[in-house]
Amino acid sequence: MLKSRIIPCLDVNAGRVVKGVKFQNLRDAGDPVELSDHYQQQGADEIVLLDVSATREDRIAMLETIESVRKRLTIPLTVGGGVGSVEDARRLLGAGADKVSTNTAAVRDPELINRMSANFGAQCTVIAIDARRHEPGVWGVVTRSGTKAEPLNAIDWAAETQARGAGEILLTSFDRDGTRSGYDLELLVAVTQATRLPVIASGGANSVDHMVEAFQHGAHAVLAASIFHEGNYTVAQVKQELAIRGIEVRQ
Amino acid sequence: MIQIIDTGVANIRSLQASFDRLGQPWKLTVDPEEIRSGIHVVLPGVGAFAAAARKLDEFNLREPLIQRIEADRATLCICLGMQLLCAGSDESPDTKGLAIISQHVSRFGVDVQIPQLGWNEVTPQQPNGPFELGLAYFANSFRLVEPPDDWGFAETEYGGVFISSIWRGRILACQFHPELSAAWGQTLLEDWINMS
Repeated sequence: MLKSRIIPCLDVNAGRVVKGVKFQNLRDAGDPVELSDHYQQQGADEIVLLDVSATREDRIAMLETIESVRKRLTIPLTVGGGVGSVEDARRLLGAGADKVSTNTAAVRDPELINRMSANFGAQCTVIAIDARRHEPGVWGVVTRSGTKAEPLNAIDWAAETQARGAGEILLTSFDRDGTRSGYDLELLVAVTQATRLPVIASGGANSVDHMVEAFQHGAHAVLAASIFHEGNYTVAQVKQELAIRGIEVRQ
Repeated sequence: MIQIIDTGVANIRSLQASFDRLGQPWKLTVDPEEIRSGIHVVLPGVGAFAAAARKLDEFNLREPLIQRIEADRATLCICLGMQLLCAGSDESPDTKGLAIISQHVSRFGVDVQIPQLGWNEVTPQQPNGPFELGLAYFANSFRLVEPPDDWGFAETEYGGVFISSIWRGRILACQFHPELSAAWGQTLLEDWINMS
């Protein structure tokens, strides 16, 4: 049986992890290489690096970061953030990413999904969807880190990305992100019912209970940042608790 | 020196990183003679069946591959590389595989997410195989359902049982990615190199 996945996410700019990371047992908690390896040793199933580069120089630094992370990781690495073309994706894969996630560019140019899938395969092509609730049961899509509302229904968009060759959906609830109130479970159910793609739930997790809920509502993986960065839980502790709660995880 | 066949359609950085960690030198090649006679050859594969088969044709690699496998020279086929050993695939009905085994590759059924992405249990069905039972990382939409005669094999469950690995002599084919399968996968790669 396929295991439910736990995926720590690191925001990286100019070669540094930029969200607060509080670890006492790391020499340098801001180093994405050390931190990725640290989570790998705790039993993370994959790592996501989100490129939040402000400048072109930062973006070049990101490629070096990916190369260094790749040298250490023996688990899959997904890289997202600012991927605008097949060439961008090729550079990230060439540096050592196993999967590439795209968001704004895919909304602007949906054909990009077809091209990425044709070039690298569906299993490389992750589509990140930032969904914002309009009314009960209706979600729109936001891009540019939530600053731009798109004329798209999130559920329809998810189905379209599948038809175009996406291999996985990274589904973030814009409403829940950073609230620590748990994943948007209705959104998760709607998207997992509208597609046959694996769905990574993201946005709002602050506890193992939240992760259990996500898996019970159809998530195939959960993305989490602060719950791990703040050092309250290790990945191993989360997995032990999930296993006790009946979720099948890799231990 | 490990020869990695460069079909140009595979993302092989993680494989190269694995060999680097093991201290094993590697090179990319499409040279038919190196592939026919090299001590260790890896046929990786990510992407579409037809695109990878076309690359084998373009570089005249079919015969060298078939000859080295018939001669039992150490060969590791990963993911699509394993599927290329088969006669053909539902993914590209008009494209011939290497037909080293007569089986056909088919798509996962309707009751599971496609692609299969993530960690799943690999259970060897014969003793003394090339690896122990373990958890491996998969990224595939197509799979082998029937094991070939006279090969050892491992099974995995995803909407029914499928064949996740086959082996015979120094030939090992894995539907999963050992290079992304944590310590278990690193051990598998190391053992395959040392075995041969």
